[in-house]
Amino acid sequence: MTGAQIIVEALKREGVEVIFGYPGGAVIDIYDELYRTPEIKHILVRHEQGAAHAADGYARSTGKVGVCLVTSGPGATNTVTGIATAYMDSIPVVIFTGQVPTKLIGNDAFQEVDITGITRPCTKHNFLVKRTEDLPKILRAAFHIARTGRPGPVLVDLPKDVQQGKAEFYWPEEVRLRSYQPVYDPHPRQVEKAYRMLESCTRPVVLVGGGVISSGAHEEICELAERLHLPVTMTLMGLGGFPGTHPQSLGMLGMHGTYYANMAVANSDLILAVGARFDDRVTGKVDAFAPMAKIIHIDIDPTSIQKNVRVDVPIVGDCKRSLERLLTVIKEVARPEKIWREQFKDWWEQIEIWKKRYPLSYKQEGDYIKPQFVIEKLYELTRDRAQSGQIVISTEVGQNQMWTAQFYKFDRPRTLITSGGLGTMGFGFPAAIGAQMGNPDKLVVDIAGDGSIQMNIQEMATAMEQGLPIKVIILNNGYLGMVRQWQELFYQRRYSAVKFQVIPDFVKLAEAYGALGLRATRPEEVEPVLKQALESDRLTLVDIHIAPEEGVFPMVPAGRATTEMILV
Amino acid sequence: MSERKHTLSVLVENTPGALARIAGLFSGRGFNIDSLCVAETLDPTLSHLTLVTSGDDLIIEQIIKQLRRLIDVYKVVDVTEEGEFVEREMALIKVRAEKETRAEVLRMCDIFRCKVVDVSPRTYTIEVTGPQSKLQAVIELLKPIGIKEIVRTGLIAMRREKKGT
Repeated sequence: MTGAQIIVEALKREGVEVIFGYPGGAVIDIYDELYRTPEIKHILVRHEQGAAHAADGYARSTGKVGVCLVTSGPGATNTVTGIATAYMDSIPVVIFTGQVPTKLIGNDAFQEVDITGITRPCTKHNFLVKRTEDLPKILRAAFHIARTGRPGPVLVDLPKDVQQGKAEFYWPEEVRLRSYQPVYDPHPRQVEKAYRMLESCTRPVVLVGGGVISSGAHEEICELAERLHLPVTMTLMGLGGFPGTHPQSLGMLGMHGTYYANMAVANSDLILAVGARFDDRVTGKVDAFAPMAKIIHIDIDPTSIQKNVRVDVPIVGDCKRSLERLLTVIKEVARPEKIWREQFKDWWEQIEIWKKRYPLSYKQEGDYIKPQFVIEKLYELTRDRAQSGQIVISTEVGQNQMWTAQFYKFDRPRTLITSGGLGTMGFGFPAAIGAQMGNPDKLVVDIAGDGSIQMNIQEMATAMEQGLPIKVIILNNGYLGMVRQWQELFYQRRYSAVKFQVIPDFVKLAEAYGALGLRATRPEEVEPVLKQALESDRLTLVDIHIAPEEGVFPMVPAGRATTEMILV
Repeated sequence: MSERKHTLSVLVENTPGALARIAGLFSGRGFNIDSLCVAETLDPTLSHLTLVTSGDDLIIEQIIKQLRRLIDVYKVVDVTEEGEFVEREMALIKVRAEKETRAEVLRMCDIFRCKVVDVSPRTYTIEVTGPQSKLQAVIELLKPIGIKEIVRTGLIAMRREKKGT
C-alpha cells in the first residue's frame, strides 16, 4: 500500500467518520485517497483555523477524537491557534499536516515550515513521520495518546514522499509505549484519607472542573454531592458536569462567578476539587484563595496538582474511577444521611444567606436589550433540550461567553463548548460546525459577540455547504465588550481600540451566504426573533443589538482575592 | 522557601526532538537549566540526560512532574533527594604558561591530579575531572596565572550503591 492508503486505512480502523480539512500540494495524495473513500466524510472548511476548531468542537461534543487534515506551511501554521485551544482545554484531536519531501526538509522549500517545532509546546505530543513503514505504528500511537490519560491534541507531520512511498500495512492490536503510562486508578489510601476529611469538615465545597466531563464522571459527582449533601461549584470548563438547576449547585466560581460560589469557597474548610486545575481566573490572588480550606485534589495529570495551590490530599487518577472508589468507601462506612445533613446544616444556612443577598441579577428596562435577558429567553425556549442534553451551546470569548456561563443553565455534560484556557475569539462558530457534524439531531447554537464572530465568519460558507442548521446569536454591542469593560473599570474609560467604526450588516451578510438573517433591536423583539430562529431549519444568524455598555458582574479584578468582587 | 540545586537524572527515548522537548519545557515554563549533559545509554534506544537545575521545593516538584509528563520521557530521578551520590564534571582549561609560570602550572596539575593534554610554547591545556568543588578550586587557582579558554562538560551524577552486605 502507499503511505496515503495506509493513512486512510488507519483512519477507518480508528473509527473516524468525519475529517475537517483543507487541501494543498503536500497532502494531495491523501486527498486522492479520500476521493475513493466515501465512508469518511470530509468537511471542506474556508480557513484551516476553522478546521482545527471544528475538529475540537466535534471532540468536545461527542467525546470522540476530532480529526483535522491540512497542507504544509501556511496550512499547518493556520491550525496552531486551534491546536493551542485544544491543548489548554485537554481536548483529544489529531491534526495531520502535509510536509515537504524528507529530502527537502530543512531547505526552506516552498511551503515548508517546522510545524513539529512550532507546535511542540502546544501539543500533547507530535510526530514527524520519516518512513512509510512507520505510519501504522505512529498513527495508532497518535490516536492512543490523544484520547488517553489527560487528553490533548497530537500532530502528525507527513512528508509527501512518505505518503507516496510503499509499505506493508499492519495494524498493531494494542499500543504499548513504555514512556507513556497514565495512571487511572487512584491510590486507595489517599481516597480513604479524603473520606476522613469529608467526615470531619464542616464547610465543604465540591469544585467541578472540565476533567469531570472528559472522564464522564458527572453521575458520580451528582451521587456524591447528594449522598453527602455537599454544595457544588463549577469552573467554566466544568459547567454541565453537575446540573446547573440542581438545588445544590452554586453555579460558576472565579472572576465572573456567582457571589455565593466565591463566598462559599473563600470561607470553606474543605475543597474537593475534581478535574480542575486552579487556573488564575478561578483562584484570583492565590495567597488569599480559600485561606482556611484543606484541599483534596483529584486529577489525572500530576502536574495540575500542587501547581498553583497547596494540596493536602493529592489523588492522581481518572476522575470517574476516583469518585467511584470514594463512593465505595462511603457506602461501606454507611454513615446515615441524616448525620451528613446535620453536619453541614449551619453551612447551608450561611450559603442560603449569601444566595439571597446577591443572586445573579440584571434589570431589563428601557429600550435597550440586556444581553442577560437574551440568554434567559434562549434558556426558557430551549429548557427541555437543555435538561435532556439535546442541545449544544458554543460560545465565542468575552462578555458573550460569561453571560452565557452565568445565565444559561447547563444540566448535562458536553452541552457547553467554550474556549476556557486559551480564550480563543473565533472559536465558537467553527466549533459549532464540528458539534453539529457530530450531533446531527441536536440543536446547536453559537452565542457570539460582534467582534468574535468576525474572526471566523468565513465558515458560514462551510455550514451552508453542509446544510447545517446552526443558530448563531450575536450579542451585538458594537464594542469589543470585555476589553471595553476593563477600560471602563480600570483605565478611566479610555476606550482605546475597542469601538468598531464599521460593522457589517449581519442580516445582509447572512443572506449573502444564503443563510437566514434576523435582527432584534428592541426588547419585545427578542422572543419572537429567537423563536423564529429556533424554528428555522437553516443556518440562521440573529443580530441582537444589546445595551452597548452593559458589563459582566460580579467581577473579581485580575490578581485580587475572590472575595473582592465588584457587584452590580 | 529556599532555592536549592538539584541534579536530575532523566532517561528519554532516543528520538529526534526529545531533547528539544525538554529544553523547550524549561524555557517555556521559566525553569532554569544550570547544566545539561546527554549521551546514549547501554540501551541505544534510550538516552541519559543529567540536568542540574535550581528552585524551591514546589518548583522542583513541578519540574519533575512536567518532565514525566513528556511522552518521550521514560524515567526521572531526583538524584539530590535519593541520598548519597557521586558527581563528576570534566573541564579542559587552556592556561597561559610562560617561562616563569610553566613549572607552577605543572605543580598545580600534580596537586589536583590533572592531566596535561596539549602543550604549546606559551600554553598548557589541562584536563581536570572531579566534583564541581574541585573544578572550581582549580579554576580559581589558575585564574591569576591566566586562563585563555575553558570548556566544561556539565555535571554527570550517579547514585551510590548502599554499603554493607
